[in-house]
Amino acid sequence: MTGRSILHASDVSIGWSRDEVLLEHASFDVHEGEIFGILGKSACGKTTLLRILIGLEQPLEGQISIEGIGAPGFHPGRPSFGVMFQQGALFGSMTVGQNVALPLQRWTDLPSDAIRTMVEAKLALVGLEGAVHQLPSTLSGGMRKRAAIARAMALEPSLLFLDEPSSGLDPVTSAELDRLITTLARVLGLTVVLVTHELGSIHNIVDRCVMLDRESKSILASGAPRDLRSSPLARVQHFFNREPEAA
Amino acid sequence: MRTGAGLKLVGELRMVHATSVWRTLRSLADERAEGTLDIDLTDAVIVDGAIMSLLVELRATLSARNISSEIVGASERLKPIVHLYRGDEPPRPRAKPVQTRAITRLGAAMQRLFESLRRLMIFLGETVAAVRGFFGGPAPVNWREIPFLASRAGADGIPIVLLLNFLVGFVMAFQSARQLKLYGANIYVADVVGISVMRELAPLMTAIIMSGRSGAAFAAELGSMRVSEEIDALKTMGFAPGPYLILPRVVALALVAPVLTLLGGVVGVAGGAAVAVSSLGVSARGYQAELQTALAPSDVWTGLVKSVAFGIAIAFIGCQQGFATRGAAEGVGRSTTTTVVSCLFAIVVLDTLFTLFFQTLGK
Repeated sequence: MTGRSILHASDVSIGWSRDEVLLEHASFDVHEGEIFGILGKSACGKTTLLRILIGLEQPLEGQISIEGIGAPGFHPGRPSFGVMFQQGALFGSMTVGQNVALPLQRWTDLPSDAIRTMVEAKLALVGLEGAVHQLPSTLSGGMRKRAAIARAMALEPSLLFLDEPSSGLDPVTSAELDRLITTLARVLGLTVVLVTHELGSIHNIVDRCVMLDRESKSILASGAPRDLRSSPLARVQHFFNREPEAA
Repeated sequence: MRTGAGLKLVGELRMVHATSVWRTLRSLADERAEGTLDIDLTDAVIVDGAIMSLLVELRATLSARNISSEIVGASERLKPIVHLYRGDEPPRPRAKPVQTRAITRLGAAMQRLFESLRRLMIFLGETVAAVRGFFGGPAPVNWREIPFLASRAGADGIPIVLLLNFLVGFVMAFQSARQLKLYGANIYVADVVGISVMRELAPLMTAIIMSGRSGAAFAAELGSMRVSEEIDALKTMGFAPGPYLILPRVVALALVAPVLTLLGGVVGVAGGAAVAVSSLGVSARGYQAELQTALAPSDVWTGLVKSVAFGIAIAFIGCQQGFATRGAAEGVGRSTTTTVVSCLFAIVVLDTLFTLFFQTLGK
């Protein structure tokens, strides 16, 4: 992928406080149309970095800029990107269809029958044709994540953030979700920023990635997954070969 | 977008154009009565998912009226999105919404009611069996929780119980004062307030407060344990969740309810005294003497017996609803609401039964 930069992080430091820093002076670019992975072991700050990228939290230092938005944060108005949270974050009191319709009702003046059409199309896209009237509590984990992707895509964003989409799923469902993300990204031209530590997903769908490291508080390695796999760095090798570091 | 014999899309069509596109498509579909209406994408540069879903819907609408419609002329760039939204497949017939008749909905509601009653009976049976098992041999019951539960349901609830019962006695005295004054029977305000508060109002008001505080709290607490699999974890560790979690709560409320009711009755009578002394010209000593004459021991103990039954019912319903919680946060909310409504219903039904029972006994 050699598209132009759509997200730029410059000299970013993140953490709970100045005394509890997770990542220091990290810089990276996400290019248009690519699936960009943020990898690393548990508690290395992947989800925190994602929350900063989408503007829910602020970095300790540095700047993040998203094309067409500027610095992420709470901007009143129609959101420019879609987000799928780790557990889906579907509203339990609404049906799946109402969840997907919510951003359309808030940010468009479409009549209700057009919204219904779009909701059904989005759910069909993620393989949930029959779930429009179901409550999220009646869905499996994989279905909930699919529904959350449909909601994240409701306003046709060009940039999608996904937090651990395949965690906690069986290998078949996980592979199906990976395929869905790839199809959506390639066909609709989406740029996807993905947080994951699932090796299968990393190899199957990620074009480029950064690997965060808690010990050095830095980006340990970056590039295509196949390049990282052949990295001479021991911690990168341990991660990709699923080896305990003490071994 | 141009219309003629067919529909020709031109340039970039994105989500922001969806409303105008939708209106055009609807009017086009309404006008066309027969024949063919193809959607030509030859001059379309970009068609996003929102617009494509509307085009696919147009095909389905026309197909239902036997009007043929195909998406044609898509460039190599657009073909994948046409395929993704199934625009290159035969339109799928639209599923008709299922209309249920009123009698069917009534039947389904009755079925749900009987099912919930059946589950309640099973729960009751299991709890009784668990209690019997406890007395027959060692069973883990979290007795150490009782003081904490009793304190939360009892001590923490005293201020609100006292305040509400005082106000009830106060209002009761005021309402009866007007009639009693007509007959010069001011002193009998002590009889009216004393008997009604001790027999009925104090047990009822205290039970209503306990439903909102303790019953709902039990449902939310056990419901959260249910959805976070803590109850399942207890089972896997060999605990019977019934005795372990329910018995301490039932015992705690059974102990606390009569104490709160007695306190509530006393301040309710005091509320009546405040009105009698301040506006009916009755002396405090006269009020007390009349109260001692009017109030029989059975007026007090029948109220206390009822309060024990109310406490057991509230704890039982709260626990049952907590155990029956399904889903996540919204399930806990649903159980809490159901608990309060069910408790109020049960309290009124039990009160009626007790009234008939004590009437039969002559008490």
